[in-house]
Amino acid sequence: MHETYLWLASFAQTWGLVLFVLGFVLVVAYVFWPSKARKKEFDDAANIPLKED
Amino acid sequence: MSTIQDPIRPPAKAMRFGEAGLLVVFAAFAFFAIIVAAKAYTPAYAFHAYLFAAASIASVFAIGNRYMARPAGSVPQVNADGKPNYNFDVVKVGTIFAVVWGIAGFLVGVIAALQLAFPAFNFDLPWISFGRLRPLHTSAVIFAFGGNVLIATSFYVVQRTSHARLAGDLAPWFVMLGYNFFILIAGTGYLLGITQSKEYAEPEWYADLFLTVVWVTYLLVFLGTILKRKEPHIYVANWFYLAFIITIAVLHLGNNAALPVSVFSPKSYIVWAGVQDAMFQWWYGHNAVGFFLTAGFLALMYYFIPKRADRPVYSYRLSIVHFWALIFIYIWAGPHHLHYTALPDWAQTLGMTFSIILWMPSWGGMINGLMTLSGAWDKLRTDPVIRMMVVAVAFYGMSTFEGPMMSVKAVNSLSHYTEWTIGHVHSGALGWVAYISFGAIYCMVPWLWNKREMYSLKAVSWHFWVSTLGIVLYISSMWVAGILQGLMWRAYTQLGFLEYSFIESVEAMHPLYVIRALGGILFLSGALIMAWNVWKTITMPEAAAEQKLALAPAE
Repeated sequence: MHETYLWLASFAQTWGLVLFVLGFVLVVAYVFWPSKARKKEFDDAANIPLKED
Repeated sequence: MSTIQDPIRPPAKAMRFGEAGLLVVFAAFAFFAIIVAAKAYTPAYAFHAYLFAAASIASVFAIGNRYMARPAGSVPQVNADGKPNYNFDVVKVGTIFAVVWGIAGFLVGVIAALQLAFPAFNFDLPWISFGRLRPLHTSAVIFAFGGNVLIATSFYVVQRTSHARLAGDLAPWFVMLGYNFFILIAGTGYLLGITQSKEYAEPEWYADLFLTVVWVTYLLVFLGTILKRKEPHIYVANWFYLAFIITIAVLHLGNNAALPVSVFSPKSYIVWAGVQDAMFQWWYGHNAVGFFLTAGFLALMYYFIPKRADRPVYSYRLSIVHFWALIFIYIWAGPHHLHYTALPDWAQTLGMTFSIILWMPSWGGMINGLMTLSGAWDKLRTDPVIRMMVVAVAFYGMSTFEGPMMSVKAVNSLSHYTEWTIGHVHSGALGWVAYISFGAIYCMVPWLWNKREMYSLKAVSWHFWVSTLGIVLYISSMWVAGILQGLMWRAYTQLGFLEYSFIESVEAMHPLYVIRALGGILFLSGALIMAWNVWKTITMPEAAAEQKLALAPAE
């Protein structure tokens, strides 16, 4: 039980942290990547509620 | 008795698998519940078992009658005009439930506030003593009012932003009615003294199990609708709804891992022990705030403010960062509820640190909501519904500033266990959650019932000002009360004795409790104005030509 806890805690404090930071960096990179196509995609998405059907 | 097939006779009607299956399940469950009721250990539990039996039998009849009345064949997904055949009936029911439960929850809050100021309001009756009314109030406003707003608006928003009919036929009804049946079981349970004594998770094991079934169905209906979507992109509001649904499921399972004494007893024992149980409770408790009262209602902000203002959200990019930052960070903030307890020091510091980091996504989201109105600020003056929602976002910013500040250990040593916490919670609950909900209800009611606008925008304005005055009285009196309490509790004499006895601090609270009760009465009055306005809107006649505008937003 104690070993499991130590293993989980050490993983969370090292690789877990790296994974989370990396994941977040990827999100930010995806969002702010200068790309015309992505800009259009986001503009289209932002207008979804305003579309009438 | 013609032997020739009638060409215009409709095709033979057959029961769908879901209808037949649910009929059998409900009938079997009614039998089971009656047996449990007969052998129940306590009268209160027997009462709940009978409620389950009655609801099951009612469901059997409802499904049967519905089958008799409905046309043969499957539900059309699109109308004759090619537009999606939206399922709005279930949304209408949820909206009315939300208004009714809101009034009930605010009323119980007012009574509880009066009990604190004037203990005679306990009437010496065990069922309505403060200890039982308090969880009734919190559950009624958070889960009954807030929960119905979230389920109703999520069913509305996911259909409109996916351009698809809600998935499932009976499933959405099971979610809506089942959730409200859970509320009934929980609420009557508190009054009868059934509780597992976990804050915001008071219902006992059987209610928790039932809610699990309802919630998983909710997730499936929501996901199923997203899968059917005609839009390539999943709109950001749906991301927030999805995070809310999934996280609440995980929290609910974790915090309610309990073993019942017997199937005939309402009593259960939690499997977690000691400080682990406390940590589980506040991991649950804080994320109920984070994912129920924040993520869920942010979805409302991201749909109803752009829709009402008729302009897209300020920055879609910021909304994506807002979403991921919020869900990455919120989940770690719970330990700040356990400062200076048996919880390890590093865990307390972790909770505090993550709470402070939360400032950033919270304020990013607030800016995104507010700036959506940039270039249309005049609507604040002309449209009381927009005013209500913008003030909601401002309160969101204010209480997400105050919360991290209170999670700092030095501040918490003064504020914890005092009325300051109550004031903080209500600036978030009344100012943010309730106001964004009221705004959504004022938007949705005319759209759902094919009316051009609410019956009276003047009444919306009255609601806004009466309630805002109530909130100001509430939170300012609780700030004063909390800091007064904190300072009195830590005041020492020159000889090192406590300066005040506890009862002296209780006495000092009296005038502030009276002001708080007054604030609550004003807030309740505002909600009553809304209920009247909603009723008048639903029942007012409208020219047929105007009904064409049905689903369009107000101009």
